[in-house]
Amino acid sequence: MRPGLTSDLVELTSQHIVLVVSAMAIAIAMGVPAGILLTRRVAWRRPVLTVANVLQTIPSLALFGFLIPLPLVGGIGPRTAIVALVLYALLPIIRNTLTGILGVDPAVRESAVAMGLTARQVLRQVELPLAARTILAGIRIATVTTVGTATIAAAIGAGGLGVFIFRGVASVDSVQILAGAIPAALIALISDGGLGWIERKFAA
Amino acid sequence: MLRFAQAGYRVNGREILHGLTFDVAQGKTLVLLGRSGSGKTTALKMVNALILPTSGEVIVEDRATTKWNPIELRRRIGYVIQETGLFPHFTVAQNVAVVPRLLHWPEDRVDARVKELLTRVGLPPEEYQSRYPRELSGGQRQRVGVARALAADPPILLFDEPFGSLDPVTRHEVRCEFLALARDLGKTILFVTHDVREAVLVGDEIALLCNGNIEERLPASEFSKAISQEGQSFLACLS
Repeated sequence: MRPGLTSDLVELTSQHIVLVVSAMAIAIAMGVPAGILLTRRVAWRRPVLTVANVLQTIPSLALFGFLIPLPLVGGIGPRTAIVALVLYALLPIIRNTLTGILGVDPAVRESAVAMGLTARQVLRQVELPLAARTILAGIRIATVTTVGTATIAAAIGAGGLGVFIFRGVASVDSVQILAGAIPAALIALISDGGLGWIERKFAA
Repeated sequence: MLRFAQAGYRVNGREILHGLTFDVAQGKTLVLLGRSGSGKTTALKMVNALILPTSGEVIVEDRATTKWNPIELRRRIGYVIQETGLFPHFTVAQNVAVVPRLLHWPEDRVDARVKELLTRVGLPPEEYQSRYPRELSGGQRQRVGVARALAADPPILLFDEPFGSLDPVTRHEVRCEFLALARDLGKTILFVTHDVREAVLVGDEIALLCNGNIEERLPASEFSKAISQEGQSFLACLS
C-alpha cells in the first residue's frame, strides 16, 4: 500500500456513496410519482418515455459536459453530477412503475373501486403493493447503473471513486485504477444483492 | 329500493342500453338474463356508479346514482364478479374485512364479523382465514368473494356471473348455498347471467335483456311461458 491510499480510499468511497444515494433518492422521489401519473394520463406516456429514453442514449461524459455551462443545475462539482445521475436513473424507475401498475389485474382494481375505495386508497392499498416488486426491480437496475456512471462524475470535479480511475489512467498506474474499480464493483454488487433481497420479500 | 328510470347508456355514438325501466323490490332477486353483449353487465355497473347513465337515471334508495357520493354508495352495495377480484396480497380475513375497515369498524367487531361470515359461507375461519387467495380452489375463492360482498351488511348485492368459471358440480353447490343465504338475509339482489338454468334457479323474477332492451319480464317460476323471440331462444336451451 502506498501512503495516503487508504485514507483516499475511505474518503472517495464515501463521496461515491453520497453521490449514488442522493441521486437515487431524488430519482425515486421524481420517478415513482411520474410513473403513477403516467398510468392516469395516457396521452403523456409516449412523450415522457421518449424524453427519458433519449436522455439514456446520451453518452454520460457528454451529458456531464452539457450540464456544466447551465445555470442552477450546472457548474463544477457534485451538484451537477447528481443532476446527470438522476436523469439517467429516471427511465427505469418511471418505466417499471408504469408497467407494474398497469400489470395489476383489472378485476382486482375494479372490485377495489366497486367496494368504495377512493382513488388514493386504490393506489396505496392495491396498486402500489401489487406493483412493488416491479418498481423495486427498476430501482435496483437504476442503482447498479448509477454506481458505475458515478465514476465518470470525477471528470467534472464531483469526486468519488472515479478520481482513482482517472488518476490511474493518466499515470498508467493499474493499482490506482483497481483502487477505484474494485470498490465501485463491490458497491454495485452489494446494492444489487440488498435490493434484490428486498424485492424477493415482495414475492408473495 | 332499486329502480331504473329510462336509464340509457351511449358510448362513442353506440347505444349500449336503450332507456331501461325496471325495479327490484326490497328483498327480491331480479335476474338480468341475456347473451354476451346484451348490455347486462353495463346495466349492473350503473347501480354502483361504475358507469353513469347518459340518459335517464338509476335510483338507489330513493336517490339517483348521480346524486350519491359514489364512494358512499359503493360501500352500501356488495359486488361479486366472476374473476372474484380478491386482493392477491391480502389474506382471506383481510379480504373480507376491506369494507368494514373502510367504514372504521372497531377491530374486534371486524374480527367477529369475518369469522361469522367465513363460517356462513362454509370456510371454517380457523382453517382458512390466514390463507391467501392463491391457496384456495375456485369455489372457495368465490365463497370468499360472497363473504366479502356481505361484510358490511349492505342492503343491495350485485352479482355478475359469479359462478361462471366454476366446474358444474361446484357451481351447483355454491349456487345452492348462495340461494339459502340470500333468502335468509333478505337482500335486494340484481343478478346477471347468460345461463337460463341459473336464472330460473336463483331469481324471483327474470328480465330478459336483448340488444340493450328489456324484451320481457316475468316471474322465474313462469319463465316457461316466455313469449318473446329471445325468450324462446333461451327456453330452447332448457329442453
